Amino acid sequence: MSASLPWQAQVYAALKAARITQLAYVPDAGHAHLIDAAHADPDMRAVVLTTEEEGIAFAAGAWLGGQRAVLLMQSSGVGNCINMLSLPQNCRMPFLTLVTMRGEWAEFNPWQVPMGAATPSVLVAAGVQVRRADRADEVAEMVAASAALAFDSAIPVAVLFSQRLIGAKAFVK
Amino acid sequence: MRNDGTLDRRAVAAALLRDPGDLLVVTGLGAPSYDASAAGDRPLNFYLWGAMGGAAMVGLGIALAQPSRRVLVLTGDGEMLMGMGSLATIAAAAAPNLAIAVLDNARFGETGSQHSHTGLTTDLAAVAAACGWHATATARDMDEVAALRPRLRSEPLFAVCRIAPDELPRHLPPRDGAYLADRFRRALGVASD
Repeated sequence: MSASLPWQAQVYAALKAARITQLAYVPDAGHAHLIDAAHADPDMRAVVLTTEEEGIAFAAGAWLGGQRAVLLMQSSGVGNCINMLSLPQNCRMPFLTLVTMRGEWAEFNPWQVPMGAATPSVLVAAGVQVRRADRADEVAEMVAASAALAFDSAIPVAVLFSQRLIGAKAFVK
Repeated sequence: MRNDGTLDRRAVAAALLRDPGDLLVVTGLGAPSYDASAAGDRPLNFYLWGAMGGAAMVGLGIALAQPSRRVLVLTGDGEMLMGMGSLATIAAAAAPNLAIAVLDNARFGETGSQHSHTGLTTDLAAVAAACGWHATATARDMDEVAALRPRLRSEPLFAVCRIAPDELPRHLPPRDGAYLADRFRRALGVASD
C-alpha cells in the first residue's frame, strides 16, 4: 500500500487485497470515498441498504456463496444490527464492518451522541471483535489486519473510524 | 383485508421444492424451515433458526456470489414483514437469479398465531411491486402453486402463497448454524475460499 495515497484510498486498496468483492452500505459522509470507489470498480459489487442489519445477512449470504463482503455504516446503525449479529456468531462465519463514529468529537447533533457512546460496548456484547483507528497513518493497516482476522479466523470484526479521523460534520458553514 | 388462505403449507413447500436439483434454498425462521426440511433435507438448504428479517438478504448475498445458480428464499409473512426494506434493496440490486416465495398464513405462527399485517392491511406482493419487483404473483390454489414452481427457478419472481393458518407438527432440520453453513459451502464447492 502506498503511503502517498490518501488514507481512504489506502483502505479501499486493503479491502481489494483482502479479496472482498461485495460491499454493502448505508451511506455516511465518512465512507463517501469507499462507496464511490466501489461503484466505479467493475470487480466490486456495491449494494445500498435500507437498514444496516440487512448488511449482516447479506454478508452471510456472500460467504455461503463463496465470496467476501464488507458492511459500511456509521455508529448510529450499529444499534440496528444487534440481533442479526447472531447469524455470523451461530454460523461461525467471518464478518467485517467498517464503522464511522459520530457523537464523540466536535459533534453538533446531540442525537448522535447516545449510540456513538454505546457503539464499542454494544458490539463487544454482541460478540464482535472491535478495533479502533484514530490516525490516518494507521487506518489501512488496521483494516488489512482486521480483514485477515475476520476471514482467516471466521469471526465478526468491526473497525471503528474515529470522528476525529474522518472530521466532524459541518452543519453551519 | 383478511387472509383467506386455504392451502396446506407442507403441500405447497413440497410442490415448490420438488426435484430441487442444484437449487440453492434459504428458509426463514420458524415454520418455513420445518416445511423445507419436511420436503427433504439436503446440504444446499440453508435454514435460518433466528436472524428474523434476514432470509431475503442472505439469498441476495448468495445470488450475487453465485450468478450462474438459482437461489430461492422460502419464508413466512412475519419474517418477510420484518425485512420489508430488503425488498427495496433486492429490487435495486436487480439480481436476476433470486426469487422469493412467502408462505403467507397472516399469522405469527410460532408465538401463538397472532394476526400479522398481511391479515390486516398489507399485501406483500403489492409491496414488492412498489419496491420495483417486476414480476409478482399470488397463488390461492395448488394449480397456481404448480405454475409458480418453474417461474421461481427462472425469473426474479416474488410470490405469495396463501396458506391455511394450521399449526402442523414441527419437522426440525439441523439447527447448528456452523454445521449448516459448512455443509452448504462444501456442497457448493467453495469451502476452501
